[in-house]
Amino acid sequence: MDTVTSIKPVLAVLASLIAVVPIIMSGTKPNLRETWTFAAGIIKFGIIASMIPLILNGTVIEYSLIEVLPGIAIRFRVDGLGMLFALVASTLWIATSAYSIGYMRGLKEHSQTRYFSFFAIALSATIGVAFAANLFTLYLFYEMLSLATYPLVTHHQDEEARASGRKYLLYILGTSIGFVLPAMLICYSLAGTLEFANQGFLAGTGSKGLMTFLLVLLLFGFAKAAIMPLHSWLPAAMVAPTPVSALLHAVAVVKVGVFSIIRVITGVFGTDLLLSLHLGTFIIYLASITILVGSLIALSQDGLKRRLAFSTIAQLSYVVLGVGLLSPKGMIGGMAHIAMHAFGKITLFFCAGAIFVATGKKNISEMVGIGRKMGFLSKWYLVLGSLEAQQMPILFVLLTSSLLNAAYFMPVVYKAFFCAPEEALFSNPVREAPPFCVVPLVITAFISIILLFYPQPFFRLASVMVQNITGM
Amino acid sequence: MIYSEQLPILLMIFPLFAAFAISVTGVFHTRYCYPVAVCALIGSLYTSVGVLFEVLEKGVIHYRLGGWPPPFGIEYVIDYLNGLVLVVVSFVSLGAVIFSKESVKQELPDKIPQFYTLFVLLVTGLLGMTVTGDAFNLYVLLEISALATYALIAMGKGRAMFSSFIYVIMGTLGACFYLLGVGHLYIMTGSLNMGDLYTLMPDLYASHAILVAFLLILVGIWIKMAFFPLHGWLPNAYTYAPTATSCLIAPLMTKVSVYIMIRIMFSTFSPAFVFNTFAAANVIVWMAVAAIIGGSILALAQTDFKKMLTYLIVAEVGYMVGGIWLANRHGITGAILHIVNDALMTLCLFLVVGIIVYKTKGHQFNNMQGLYKKMPITMAAFTIGALSMIGVPPTAGFFSKWYLILGAIDSGQWSFMAALLFSSLVNAVLFFRVIEIGYFEPFADHHGHGHHDGAAIAIDEAPLSMLAPLVVVALSLIILGVYAGYIVTNVIQFAVPAGI
Repeated sequence: MDTVTSIKPVLAVLASLIAVVPIIMSGTKPNLRETWTFAAGIIKFGIIASMIPLILNGTVIEYSLIEVLPGIAIRFRVDGLGMLFALVASTLWIATSAYSIGYMRGLKEHSQTRYFSFFAIALSATIGVAFAANLFTLYLFYEMLSLATYPLVTHHQDEEARASGRKYLLYILGTSIGFVLPAMLICYSLAGTLEFANQGFLAGTGSKGLMTFLLVLLLFGFAKAAIMPLHSWLPAAMVAPTPVSALLHAVAVVKVGVFSIIRVITGVFGTDLLLSLHLGTFIIYLASITILVGSLIALSQDGLKRRLAFSTIAQLSYVVLGVGLLSPKGMIGGMAHIAMHAFGKITLFFCAGAIFVATGKKNISEMVGIGRKMGFLSKWYLVLGSLEAQQMPILFVLLTSSLLNAAYFMPVVYKAFFCAPEEALFSNPVREAPPFCVVPLVITAFISIILLFYPQPFFRLASVMVQNITGM
Repeated sequence: MIYSEQLPILLMIFPLFAAFAISVTGVFHTRYCYPVAVCALIGSLYTSVGVLFEVLEKGVIHYRLGGWPPPFGIEYVIDYLNGLVLVVVSFVSLGAVIFSKESVKQELPDKIPQFYTLFVLLVTGLLGMTVTGDAFNLYVLLEISALATYALIAMGKGRAMFSSFIYVIMGTLGACFYLLGVGHLYIMTGSLNMGDLYTLMPDLYASHAILVAFLLILVGIWIKMAFFPLHGWLPNAYTYAPTATSCLIAPLMTKVSVYIMIRIMFSTFSPAFVFNTFAAANVIVWMAVAAIIGGSILALAQTDFKKMLTYLIVAEVGYMVGGIWLANRHGITGAILHIVNDALMTLCLFLVVGIIVYKTKGHQFNNMQGLYKKMPITMAAFTIGALSMIGVPPTAGFFSKWYLILGAIDSGQWSFMAALLFSSLVNAVLFFRVIEIGYFEPFADHHGHGHHDGAAIAIDEAPLSMLAPLVVVALSLIILGVYAGYIVTNVIQFAVPAGI
């Protein structure tokens, strides 16, 4: 495995962070402000994309920024997994930015400058997590993401937003300070390092009891992965404007959670250590319970966004489950599912938002007959429902939950397309949502379908990562 | 060079002479008080930075006052530890004095010369306590700064007078304990010089008198630093003090007391005596746990923003005392780093309180409604300070907590680690409660009611003399965080006594 030193990962992180300054300065000129967002998004994507060839060759790009404590540096390291995640996040940021313009202007939302600023900060933090070379750097950007998304989640600044924001912080910040911080320090005290290694850095440093304890702390500590019982912040956080839910709660935030867990499993403990201690089973049980319970709860939700939230909870555990299998195939599947689910789920959220912008409806029971009026838009539900059902049919759990997936998406499709519209339900004439809403959604939907038939790019990145880990 | 040889005394001379100058010129015109104080403290900061660099280059500085040799004359000793503390003290007091301009004009318009005289005298005392290498001289300077503090607090309105009176009683008790302990040492050894005591005492460690002396000194310092449960005087005294006063005393008084404790423990007595002969480290760590948890819970119960912060000071004292008594390298490093970080965090938050009081005439939570819209810069600085108190990287507070927790792991003091985490979580609750009020609740019109004389100040961003120090301090919290490793490897590493 070759290692190359390059400042590119730092630039990729900084691109959107620096953009915050011009975004705030051009706060009174919305068009200029959004230009900055797009510029930063495209630059970021360009920098990340330029690293792909090296990564596909199995090379690892590294850069040490500064040594903040003796032996602990803010260090970046781009490998297959990090690249996969960064690629997904930066692509979808561009799509979401376009969608945000349609949504925020369509609804004449307040404080749009603040919204776009914190969005940019959140993206920097996400890329920071993706490229983190050690647990400390990961923790730093993880916390930065929690705090940067707080103003986004609570954007409406009403009582509901306040309560949800409180819940969000309680779960996310509470677990990261209460669980991850002590676990990280114990790891450091045991191993004297926090650098992710291909087979972890904890091997041979402590008893099985201690390792189990650390694993529990870290699994639940990264509560953004929404492993039950620490999942209920995610439905609550759906009070945010839909683009926020779309990017942050289907892509960035929750994926940062599962990404961190993958790093913990592969980089901190190492698959060999977990296998020898039989801790993989424990992870699988946790994930399976979350998948089944999450899917069942999704069935009973009437709010479209809430249904999607519970579906996300279940889908996240697919990733954890895949990696928890600790076998190369399972890990590749789990890692690639980060990308698959991201594109699929963001499209669904875009649809939910577009429906809301066009009709003001949030509940499935109210969406009777929308499909007939809004043309092709909602057809994607059908396609995406089947797409999600295709993933990793390796276990009974997955089969069951795939059936459940179909069960919870079909009624939406049925109601929207096949039931006659009750005109009285719609006060305004229903028409297609603004173009800024529809175009990104069509693009992400297309990518989802393309990925269904041609998932190689992400699978290759995932297998590069797994090869590095297993040394095969 | 003559000048650089005289640095240790110069840094005290500036504020001391400024005190005379202010009290004299103040009789004729109050206009000159503020600039003289600012200039004097710039001088102090400049010289203390010079002293620190001198120490970094050449090692420990010994300065003999009047040229008298140590056991007879007073000696000033500056090593890595107090070199660092000196810079912190002079930096914080400079920030506080620059900030004080508008606040003093508003709150104490007829006491400007008195205020600035006492202010610089207090700084003189704090700097003196930090540089001195003489146990009795320390007592004198302790009293100088304490007397100045009593008067500065009593200038406030409402319950300030009464709170100050309680502080007088408690502070005097603390000083008595300390003096009594020093008296024991003098009887046993015949010396008051710390370095001298350090070499003379090992033969006497078995003596009960020495043990009692150490205990008396320790309790005396604990009263001065408001170590739980000896903290009763602090919250009211700091809450009802005038804004400009609390900006100086809240960040510094407790921190300098912690420094004195370290000095007494490791440079007058020795680690061997403190951790082996005295052998109460476990008990004291448990007391620190009580301080952290007690201070945090009491802070939760407050509805007054400033008072909440004063209880957090009590909790933070627990951090530092506990860290030192963990008796290992990480713990002591964390405690020393926390002296620096906590001084700046506390300053940052009290400056925010100062601005809120200046603009809204109160420091209740209600006074903060809707302020994120009205004062974005102030509230951004507040957010940084709050995150540092919670311990979110890369702010400074995270890194001292990092070392303290590592220290707790090293000694297996799980209760101390749990207390630190608990306090972080409570801080998160406390500060996000305030952030919620400032962010969600609409700006209410009841601000500033009760003064219909047309002198009402529009609620908007604070004047530059208040904003500039606040922004500098808030940024320094991030810079200190990023360079925490640099400070540890270049300064604090050498300040931890060898052999630990």
